[in-house]
Amino acid sequence: MAQKPEDKPDVGTTGHEWDGIEELNNPLPRWWVWVFYITIIWGVWYTVAYPAWPMISGATEGYMGWSTRANVAADIEEAEAANAEINTRLASVELTEITSDAELQGYARSAGEAVFNTWCVQCHGREGGGFVGYPTLSDDDWLWGGTMEDIHLTISHGIRNEEDPDARYSEMPAFGRDELLAEEEIVQVVNYVMSLSGEAQDPAQVEAGATVYADNCAACHGEAAEGDVFQGAPNLNDAIWLYGGDYASLMETVNNARFGVMPNWNSRLTEAEIRAVTAYVHQLGGGE
Amino acid sequence: MLNYIKLIALGLITFFALIAANYARDLAYLVNALTIALVAGGMFVWVLRNTDEPADTRDYSNEYMDGVIRAGVIATALWGIVGFLAGTFIAFQLAFPALNFEWAQGYMNFGRLRPLHTSAVIFAFGGNALIATSFYVVQRTSAARLWGGNLAWFVFWGFQLVIVLAATGYLLGATQGKEYAEPEWYVDWWLTIVWVTYLAVFVGTLVKRKEPHIYVANWFYLSFIITVAMLHLINNLSIPVSIWGSKSVQLFSGVQDAMTQWWYGHNAVGFFLTAGFLAMMYYFVPKQAGRPVYSYKLSIIHFWALIFLYIWAGPHHLHYTALPDWAATLGMVFSVILWMPSWGGMINGLMTLSGAWDKLRTDPVIRMMVISLGFYGMSTFEGPMMSIRAVNSLSHYTDWTIGHVHSGALGWNGMITFGCLYFLVPKLWNKERLYSLSLVSWHFWLATIGIILYAASMWVTGIMEGLMWREVDANGFLVNSFADTVSAKLPMYVVRGLGGVMFLSGAIIMCYNLYMTVRRSPAIQADNSAVPAE
Repeated sequence: MAQKPEDKPDVGTTGHEWDGIEELNNPLPRWWVWVFYITIIWGVWYTVAYPAWPMISGATEGYMGWSTRANVAADIEEAEAANAEINTRLASVELTEITSDAELQGYARSAGEAVFNTWCVQCHGREGGGFVGYPTLSDDDWLWGGTMEDIHLTISHGIRNEEDPDARYSEMPAFGRDELLAEEEIVQVVNYVMSLSGEAQDPAQVEAGATVYADNCAACHGEAAEGDVFQGAPNLNDAIWLYGGDYASLMETVNNARFGVMPNWNSRLTEAEIRAVTAYVHQLGGGE
Repeated sequence: MLNYIKLIALGLITFFALIAANYARDLAYLVNALTIALVAGGMFVWVLRNTDEPADTRDYSNEYMDGVIRAGVIATALWGIVGFLAGTFIAFQLAFPALNFEWAQGYMNFGRLRPLHTSAVIFAFGGNALIATSFYVVQRTSAARLWGGNLAWFVFWGFQLVIVLAATGYLLGATQGKEYAEPEWYVDWWLTIVWVTYLAVFVGTLVKRKEPHIYVANWFYLSFIITVAMLHLINNLSIPVSIWGSKSVQLFSGVQDAMTQWWYGHNAVGFFLTAGFLAMMYYFVPKQAGRPVYSYKLSIIHFWALIFLYIWAGPHHLHYTALPDWAATLGMVFSVILWMPSWGGMINGLMTLSGAWDKLRTDPVIRMMVISLGFYGMSTFEGPMMSIRAVNSLSHYTDWTIGHVHSGALGWNGMITFGCLYFLVPKLWNKERLYSLSLVSWHFWLATIGIILYAASMWVTGIMEGLMWREVDANGFLVNSFADTVSAKLPMYVVRGLGGVMFLSGAIIMCYNLYMTVRRSPAIQADNSAVPAE
């Protein structure tokens, strides 16, 4: 689209034309040139001040002595030094003392929350809310006990893992898969267990189920189905279910059993961190 | 004679592809091998049917080759819809994880669809736009027909095959795990052949040009084609585990691999999405505005500064990682110095409109090009800023990065491409004008508001996320878990998805408008003869 000469600014064009496109001879905008120069000057200064130019056996370090790795190390050291005293105290006092000492309790709560939110929240949920298969930690229904000592032991050694010989361990038999009970007995006992905290799927089976329960389940789960924290045997009469309390879930549990695993944290966390998260879990709602 | 060579080659390819399908070790490889066998077999039959038919003896050498560009325009529009649709869907998958359907696990979950989205928009939509416009621009500004006869068609169809092989591969699990370079080794080999042919066609046309000088748009296209070839080759150096399987092992490992990847990744942005699209800008903005380019000097200086500086900026993707500090420093410094050279293109584009600003009121296509330059300027300021280490320590790994990329990709690459398509369709199909300018206005506003929703929501979540990650209490302990930031982001994720819906709707309107232009607009006398400009 050729322009009429009078339309053109007086800078003129380069005299070339491609498919009707011409180019004006405008100079570089002054501000553009100056900002470009300033960024270049800044750039040169920055590479002198900070680590920048690769040499034969390493790079220039810059006169500011700045280094990301050194900065991180210094930050970590500073944070550790600030909490060193209280961490030592936290790791050495009696466990029960943590809950009675206001300063320790407050510190352990915030330190424990940080540990929990980093390592535990993925399975146990925000503020210990729990998911199917991952126990709720904010209620007072404990599988392995809810005192400071109990929680501390569980976190330190974990549950049913193969790494720590001191891990808490128990195993429910797979009554159906291993043919310990007949299909109809399983139906009966599931109906009985459902009746303890709600309504059975088939009330006619409940009475027979009580007998099956007494012969096969009461040894661990208790005569009154109150559970046993020494074996990690869940209470079955409180309507709180780890793997679901509906008919299908309970059939699955009795047929094939469950085998929930928790890692031992003593190889990953310091004693102070374990104690902090113990105190955090303890105060979520159900600590004993 | 040529046909017999073609028949032998196609027959052999079909045969080997079927053998490969037979020995295939994984599903993606199997499907890709069958696709190749099908394509080569189909072409074999087609060539066979045309063999010994009377040859077309007409002399085309004085006409521009526009058929391949028409195909490129259609491919650009269609792949655009596919890419935008995939992007909108995965945006909602992030907001509502239930959309990762149980029945589609392993095929349609976020992890499989995300590379499909990025490759569809960058390479299928953007790539076709670049190839089609470069073929158009190089012919017009050289006053010469494309060099190499049907090689241009080979480039077009070869590139579509790359896209299909890559996309099916992603869904079935074939990936190198390198961002924007996901396709596996055999797709890389094929792309190399296609790309070198593309370079040959482009350079061949430049060589036989009838104009004394090479137009600035062609400098940018050439730098884009050459640099992408180099980036592609080096970043995809890998050894196949088996010739019968899709898996390969990268030549570099650890931090060297990361550095190579982001040298590639950032220059995919720099040369594919910046230099290539600046080339589009340098032709279509002056054409649509009917004004001369603002400054020849600026175009030279910013071109050389841009291509010299961009290639070093990659390490800013690896701040605070295993990459040594010195390399990160250099990446950051080059990125900051890159600010003005990047803006040179924006200034040249916007100032080209001086004397024609009134057209903003009357011509929605110009409006689209102007806003694309606005978004270009914004993202090329934001980019250098985010490359600064202190800013990056807040922004890195957050949605801010995603927002930055999309203000550039949707705003700059998307809008300038839409502008070019609106320019090209009436020209290529010999129509007097577009079917409807008011539909262009609808497209403009839907897309603009969509981009703003997208970018603004990602700034909010990105900065919020970054601040939440670094928040510590009085004892120095982190306050938030990762999951806290995820749940806090939900409302903004919904807003982002809505932005995507608007952008997609605009593009669908565009396709309708372009289709109706071809069908309904009044025709004009065809003029595609290659006559040098006066």
